[in-house]
Amino acid sequence: MEQFFYHTLIGQIILMLLETLAVLVPLLIGVAYLTLMERKVMAAMQRRRGPNVNGLFGLLQAFADAIKMIFKETVIPAGANRALFLFAPFLTFSLAMIAWAVIPTGNGLAVANINVGILYLLAISSLGVYGILIAGWASNSKYAFLGGLRSAAQMVSYEVSIGLVIVSVLLAVGSLNLNDIVLAQRHVWFCLPMFPMFIVFFISALAETSRAPFDLPEGESELVAGFFVEYSSLAFGLFFLGEYANMILMSSMVSILFLGGWLPPLGLAPFTWVPGPLWLIFKILFCLFVFIWVRATFPRFRYDQLMRLGWKVFLPLSLVWMIATAGFLLATGLLPQVGGVSS
Amino acid sequence: MLPQLVFYVFATVLLVSAAMVISARNPVHSVLFLILAFFNAAGLFLVAGAEFLAMLLVIVYVGAVAVLFLFVVMMLDIDFTKMREGYQRYAPIGACIGGILFVELILAFSHWKMASGTPVAPIQGPAGLTNTAALGTLIYTHYILLFQTCGLVLLVAMIGAIVLTLRQTGSGRRQNIQKQHARVPAQTLELVDAPLGASVVAQGGFLRPHTSYHETSVPGSYASGEQSVADEREKNA
Repeated sequence: MEQFFYHTLIGQIILMLLETLAVLVPLLIGVAYLTLMERKVMAAMQRRRGPNVNGLFGLLQAFADAIKMIFKETVIPAGANRALFLFAPFLTFSLAMIAWAVIPTGNGLAVANINVGILYLLAISSLGVYGILIAGWASNSKYAFLGGLRSAAQMVSYEVSIGLVIVSVLLAVGSLNLNDIVLAQRHVWFCLPMFPMFIVFFISALAETSRAPFDLPEGESELVAGFFVEYSSLAFGLFFLGEYANMILMSSMVSILFLGGWLPPLGLAPFTWVPGPLWLIFKILFCLFVFIWVRATFPRFRYDQLMRLGWKVFLPLSLVWMIATAGFLLATGLLPQVGGVSS
Repeated sequence: MLPQLVFYVFATVLLVSAAMVISARNPVHSVLFLILAFFNAAGLFLVAGAEFLAMLLVIVYVGAVAVLFLFVVMMLDIDFTKMREGYQRYAPIGACIGGILFVELILAFSHWKMASGTPVAPIQGPAGLTNTAALGTLIYTHYILLFQTCGLVLLVAMIGAIVLTLRQTGSGRRQNIQKQHARVPAQTLELVDAPLGASVVAQGGFLRPHTSYHETSVPGSYASGEQSVADEREKNA
């Protein structure tokens, strides 16, 4: 058995497929229940009941919605660029899925434990903007186009501060491997010494996933629904799934970079009984709860305020913090030695 | 076997999409093919074992440069008939330049010596170093001055771009957030006692803040135009 899975080509391919399914199936179920969680939490915050008709506590609501969406008619607008119009949701969805290959759920427990894991995540999330931009352009509709342009500018702006925050974390870790980043937080989670960067990263994650209060690309009051206004049925469904999968991805990035990934809060007995993957899931759920909490609390930003926050507040702040971190680590001799370099 | 197959797939797609960049009719399609070409180049870096460069190519070129490119091209108002108008006129010059480049390429190629046998193995960095660390040592330790010079050139380019595009057109209002936060109701709110049934016009026209947008607005913008209207109304009252 071991011989077959590890030493033959077919066995390796089957193993890889199984590993992929083991990540993607829980992820998609998670997305389904995230929509339910969002509605329930928002309902609780607004003193409503939320969905409670389909199944116990409305547990089947997500599947009812999915079935409704699948059976709708796919409408392709006249004058739309057919190929690109259909390509955009596939791109968004598959990018949201392939990013999960490098997320470690335990020590070394990732589909691909690669050396440049964090750069891979950054690369994939920077590709996400194409789905939106292509959808906006190919729809041949002014609302969709404006939504796409807004979204592109927004995502590019906030990627800069996300990148700088990640650099200051990497300075303290000395490796681009996600596994090493989590292991470097054995003693203290990075959210304590780098608390301002934790906040900056979290807010940038909100902007990167176009969540409220930064949901300008789909601002329904001015752009109807933004870049996916012309989409229906399964194409819309793919955007929807991709967006929520990206939310979970961003939450797991926050957990891995700042909240110690799969590590328990303290290395003491009652905490260590809980297996690592469960800790990661708890932390992701916590982040998602805050995502929803923010949505229920804050009004939408104006576009110039959004740009101001990104370029005039977060960028200088994270740049100064990065230099300060490097200086501090160098001064105290805590700078990690990378890859056995001896200078 | 498998790495070679992957190499040929990436290389083929790269060449085809590079050809499509210049032959596609629609400029947006051209840019999208350019992105596909970048992406496959990143794949080739991966095959060669340079995973850091591959990721950087995707982040910098695909994630930032090409987005702005696409941004501009999408907003162009393209008239296809107009684009083909000059085709006849420019064909000879184009053919000339193409021919010169082709001859130069052939001249360059004729001096190349091809490695015999199978493609060489992926590049191995210095022992005990990941290629990210090896690259870092090279750039930041051995070639730090050259690297800084590159940075300086980019900085100058950036300042140049800002200087060229920054214009005080005086349109629109500027938001001064500090000022807004420092305001108190006494400065901004004016309560007028209007007699029952009478218009507020008798009291000075309309309710408005004492120090309104006029201070924060750019000189010459429409906000200062509004000021004169307000003044006129005051005079009338």
